[in-house]
Amino acid sequence: MAVFASLSSRSLQRALNAAPRWPLYAAGAAPGVWIFWLALNNRLGADPVKELEHALGLWALRFIVAGLAVTPLRRLGGPNLLRFRRALGLLAFFYACAHLLSYLLFDQGLDAHAIAADILKRPYITIGMFAFAILVPLAATSNVAMIRRMGAAAWQKLHRWVYVAAAAAAIHFIMVVKSWPAEPLIYAALVALLLLARAEFSLRRRFERFSRAPARRRREERDSAPEAIQAK
Amino acid sequence: MTRLKPIASSEITPREIYLRRREFLGGALAAAAFAGLPGRARATPLTFSKSTYSTNEPPTPKEDVTSYNNFYEFGTSKSSPSRYAGLMKTNPWSVKIDGMVSKPATYALEDILKSVTLEERIYRLRCVEGWSMVIPWIGFPLSQLLKRAEPLGSAKFVAFETLVRPSEMPGQSGWFQTLDWPYTEGLRLDEAMHPLTILAVGLYGETLPNQDGAPIRLVVPWKYGFKSIKSIVRISLAETQPATAWNKEAPNEYGFYSNVNPEVDHPRWSQSTERRIGEGSGLFAARRPTLPFNGYADQVASLYTGMDLKAYF
Repeated sequence: MAVFASLSSRSLQRALNAAPRWPLYAAGAAPGVWIFWLALNNRLGADPVKELEHALGLWALRFIVAGLAVTPLRRLGGPNLLRFRRALGLLAFFYACAHLLSYLLFDQGLDAHAIAADILKRPYITIGMFAFAILVPLAATSNVAMIRRMGAAAWQKLHRWVYVAAAAAAIHFIMVVKSWPAEPLIYAALVALLLLARAEFSLRRRFERFSRAPARRRREERDSAPEAIQAK
Repeated sequence: MTRLKPIASSEITPREIYLRRREFLGGALAAAAFAGLPGRARATPLTFSKSTYSTNEPPTPKEDVTSYNNFYEFGTSKSSPSRYAGLMKTNPWSVKIDGMVSKPATYALEDILKSVTLEERIYRLRCVEGWSMVIPWIGFPLSQLLKRAEPLGSAKFVAFETLVRPSEMPGQSGWFQTLDWPYTEGLRLDEAMHPLTILAVGLYGETLPNQDGAPIRLVVPWKYGFKSIKSIVRISLAETQPATAWNKEAPNEYGFYSNVNPEVDHPRWSQSTERRIGEGSGLFAARRPTLPFNGYADQVASLYTGMDLKAYF
C-alpha cells in the first residue's frame, strides 16, 4: 500500500515540477475579472461597491493563506508546491491592489480628505493599509533578479513579513463587520494556525542540537531556499 | 441503499388544505391555499391613504428592499433573510401588550388592523453600516395602538420584542449566536408617541415580505435602522430604559438613542456619509452626506433639546 502511495506521489510531484505556471496566474486572476464584470453590469446586488470590495479583499486573503500553506503542506508529506508560491503571492498582491483601488475609487470617490481621515481615525483602515504596505516590497522583490541582488538570507528575512501582513489582514477583516459572523473568524483561525506552524518549526530548529535531525533539517533548508539557488 | 432525503416540516400540507384537495386540484382554492401554507404567505395588496410625512425622494427599487436585509435571526449575510425567511410562519400572529398599561392584552393581528387606518409613509432608512434606502412603508402610527392599551402615568419607555422560533429561524440555532435572542429594542415614550413613528405591515402596496420583518414591525426613520425592530411579538411599557440587542452586544458602539448623526461617528467607521442603495450607476454612485436625524430634524430635533447627543448616542 505504502509503495503505491509513494509511487503515485512521486509521479504527482514530477508532474507538478514540469507543469507550466502561467495557467495559475490566469486562473487566479479570473475570479477578479469575473466579479468586476458583474459589478459593471449591475449584477452584484443592492450594494455593488461593498460586494466588490469584499470579494476582492477575500481573494487577497485566500491567496495569502494558500501561499502560507505551501511549506506546512510539504512538511506534512504532501506535494511540494514551492514552484507556485510566487504566483500565489503575486496574485494575493494583485487582489490587494484591486481591493485598495475599489475602496479609493468606488467607495470614497477619490476624496483625498475623507481617505486621509479614514486612515488616521479608523483602526481597521489603518491596519488594512499597514498590511498592504508590507505586501508592496514583497511583490517588488518577487523575482530572480532581486533574490540575487539581496542574497538568500536577506530575501528570506524580508519575506517573513508576509506573516505580519497575513495577521494584519485577518484582523482588518474582523474589524470591518458587526458582531462575530463566521467568515472573518474562520480566516483568522486559518492564519493563526499557519503562524503557529511556522513558530513550531522555528522552535524545533532551536532545540534540534539535542536531536538527531540535523541532516533532515539541512535537506529541508535547501528545499525552501530561493529558487535561484535551487535546481529547477 | 440510497438514503431518502428528509422532508422539512414546512413542506407538510396543512390538514385543511389536504381535506379539500380535490377542490384545490380544481384550481378554486389556489389563491387561498397559497396564503394558507405555513411559512409561504403570499403578499396581498393593502388599501391605504397617502401621507404628508412621506418624502418625495424616489423609492429604492423593490428588488433591493426585499433582497438586501439585515435580519440576523436568519443569518448574518445580506442575502440570508430573503433566502431563509420563507420558513417563518406569520399566520396566525399576535402581539402582546403589557407592562405599565391599564389594559394589558394580547391582540391578534387582524384585530389590530381593524382599529387603524393604513397610510403610505415613504421614509428614508439609514443603516448604521453606512448605507440607506427610501422605502414606501404601509402602516399606522404606533401611538394609535399604545393609546388602546392606555399607558399609565408611570410609563416612560416602550420596549419591543421579536419572535424567537429556532425551528423557523436558522440564525437562532447552533452552538454560537451572533446576538442575544429575543431581539429587543426600545424607545422613550415621547419618541414612541411621535407621529413619525409607525408600525408597518406592508411595503410597496402589499403586505410585508418575511425578510422585511413580517407581519408587523416598527419604523423609526430618524434613528439607525437596527432600532426599527422586525416581526414584533410583544410591546411593553416600562418605567426604566429597557435593554436593547445591539447595545448589549457592543455598548460603546450602539447606544440606546442611536439617532442618525453625521457628527457622532461609530467607533470603527465614520457616519458622515452614506451610500444610497440603487442610486445612480451602481459602481460609480457617489456617497452622499448624512443628514442630522436622517433629514427629519425639523420634526424630531425638539425631542432632544438640551441633550448631549455625543453622550447619549
